[in-house]
Amino acid sequence: MSQHDHDAHSHGSSVSSYVVGFVLSVILTVIPFWAVMTGAFDRATLFAVIVVTAVVQIVVHLKYFLHLNFTKEGKIDTLSFIFTAIVIVMVVALSIWIIYESVLMMMY
Amino acid sequence: MNLLGKLSWDAIPHDPIVLVTLAIVAIGGAALFVFMTLAKKWGWLWREWLTSVDHKRLGIMYIILALVMLVRGFADAIMMRTQLAVATNGSEGYLPPHHYDQIFTAHGVIMIIFMAMPFMIGLMNIIVPLQIGARDVAFPFLNNLSFWLAVSGALLVNISLGLGEFAMTGWVAYPPLSGLEFSPGTGVDYYIWALQISGIGTTLTGVNFLVTVLKMRAPGMKLMEMPIFTWTCTWANVLIVASFPILTAALAMLTLDRYLDFHFFTNDLGGNSMMYINLFWAWGHPEVYILVLPAFGMFSEIVSTFSGKRLFGHKSMIYASGVISLLGFIVWLHHFFTMGSSANVNAFFGIMTMIIAIPTGVKLFNWLFTMYKGRIRMTVPMYWVMGFMITFSIGGMTGVLLAIPGADYVLHNSLFLIAHFHNTIIGGAVFGYLAGFAFWFPKAMGFHLDPKLGKVSFWCWFIGFFLAFMPLYVLGFLGMTRRLNHTDNPDWNVWLYIAAVGAFVIAIGIAAFVLQLILGFKNKDKNLDKTGDPWNGHTLEWSLASPPQFYNFAKIPHVEDLDAFTDMKEKGTAYQRHASYEPIHMPSNTNAGPIMGLLATAMGFALIWHIWWLAGASFIGLIVAFIFRAYASNTDYYVQPDEVARIENEHLDNVAKG
Repeated sequence: MSQHDHDAHSHGSSVSSYVVGFVLSVILTVIPFWAVMTGAFDRATLFAVIVVTAVVQIVVHLKYFLHLNFTKEGKIDTLSFIFTAIVIVMVVALSIWIIYESVLMMMY
Repeated sequence: MNLLGKLSWDAIPHDPIVLVTLAIVAIGGAALFVFMTLAKKWGWLWREWLTSVDHKRLGIMYIILALVMLVRGFADAIMMRTQLAVATNGSEGYLPPHHYDQIFTAHGVIMIIFMAMPFMIGLMNIIVPLQIGARDVAFPFLNNLSFWLAVSGALLVNISLGLGEFAMTGWVAYPPLSGLEFSPGTGVDYYIWALQISGIGTTLTGVNFLVTVLKMRAPGMKLMEMPIFTWTCTWANVLIVASFPILTAALAMLTLDRYLDFHFFTNDLGGNSMMYINLFWAWGHPEVYILVLPAFGMFSEIVSTFSGKRLFGHKSMIYASGVISLLGFIVWLHHFFTMGSSANVNAFFGIMTMIIAIPTGVKLFNWLFTMYKGRIRMTVPMYWVMGFMITFSIGGMTGVLLAIPGADYVLHNSLFLIAHFHNTIIGGAVFGYLAGFAFWFPKAMGFHLDPKLGKVSFWCWFIGFFLAFMPLYVLGFLGMTRRLNHTDNPDWNVWLYIAAVGAFVIAIGIAAFVLQLILGFKNKDKNLDKTGDPWNGHTLEWSLASPPQFYNFAKIPHVEDLDAFTDMKEKGTAYQRHASYEPIHMPSNTNAGPIMGLLATAMGFALIWHIWWLAGASFIGLIVAFIFRAYASNTDYYVQPDEVARIENEHLDNVAKG
């Protein structure tokens, strides 16, 4: 992790990167809260807003806090992150599918 | 509170077979102890080997562990085959079910986790850093710790022979059978902690070698230009890093079920035993590719070297291995088609399984094309390669057959399945390791083994394999299921007899192998390999002395070609005498590894027998030992240029003498 702090300076000020990330995260958190609390939207819109802001928030965290990028120095971190994500998606998604279908079969 | 937990005098088994085995082990152990003490070798053993962080020595120790466990696992195998040959027509045989069930479980666990894995990791340890022109692995201490965690697991399995019992569940330990209700003894706990501790060691090895190949390649060596064995090991390490944590998690959940009354895998309170089966194979299937991919790499190196040609389709080999790794990760359900998930699920996993035959076929054709018009030298490693190509093709085809869900409903858990996976694991992985062993033995040890005995060993393994396992295909079709203790069907008898004969033929093969080692060490001085390049090799490991200098490379080579050493020999840049050398930065040996391994063994043992104070104390000890190591300052040293020059000149003089 110490390497990230070190690298961050070469991309500009690390403090400003964290501040931008923090502000974006706050905005992306406030939007779904606001959408729910006003009560002005129907369920489908609400879910869409929450999912979209959540996914964008993940990307913000990866970029501004974990400093994943496709420069030469950041590539290896990014690749290992993508690898981990793929493995988790494969194992978890296929496991859910397998168990879900087998439970369904038992209900017949 | 009882200070010894569940441990008491009753823990020692009363079975005469076990008692005789224990007596033999005790006598052998005592003889070894006396010999080592009289020869005053303990200090040497500790300083030079047990605490070593040298990847070559760790590799050799891994292989010693693998060979010892091979003998243990094979003893189990031959007991099972004789039991089944004797216990026909309703006779009971000589192994009661209680004992027999432990034997088949121990056989599976030992052969996969404590024979094949250490053998593969041992060869990888010795060769991969040499092939990429590195001086050691990325984390030498971690490498030593991984080894000791593997030993720790192996120790626990062997302790179960003399104290308590081993699991009676089969090597997969499915709940509810492996749950507390149906397995109240210590057997499953031995299984859990042996796999858990050694599995963590394997994960660390995977991380270690991935970092090594990514960060420590010699200048000029691009990723796609790494030697094929290094590449297949890298794919195996990717699979290790991806899949071993699943085993760790599944075993942790089973542990919580058994120790703290959780309900992950019981039907009460919403648990689901299917989830264990699912997670076990999400690790277990990648695991067989972890075993076989490095073996494919060994065959590739051997075929290329002894055909005197560059490997045909190096790039396609890398991609084929990658596709096998990826597909190997999404086929695990074919181990439990009969669990009864939907037709869509079974179809998806069945098709994925069949597709694996394509990249594997690419490999087989690449090997054949490498041999085509080559000048083939029929050495012992080449015998293993030929034997492998025939045997593994048959195993692969029966695998495609089993991948059809409909056929699997008939053949599931029959001896057909047993024949299939022995066909691929023995014919693929074990033949590969024995080929690699024969190929790299002169490199690692500095002398040759008798090729005649090597060929005897090969023929016995090869013929013995077919005698032992082809009858099992027939028995599978005749309806015999796995894990039977005795049978009462006259149609099966003749096949069971043939299979038993096969096991004894393999036993002769193992005996020839052991004799080859004994005579090899005895006649060592007559068969020294002075040049370091006995086979006219292609890759960097052959540019070093045999055994390699402890710092590997005096000057890190600059790599300009796929077959880096062939390239150097052709350009005349091999064996250069340098006027001066730089000091070489090396890691120091450390006793932290063996100490932590011992503490892990104590912790596992204590948890198995519910000796809570010891479990807590050894766990704290582990943490403390690790912190001490983390703050140690004397972890490295420099080899001075004059010593490097002396060692290098000696090697170059030997090469010049031819």
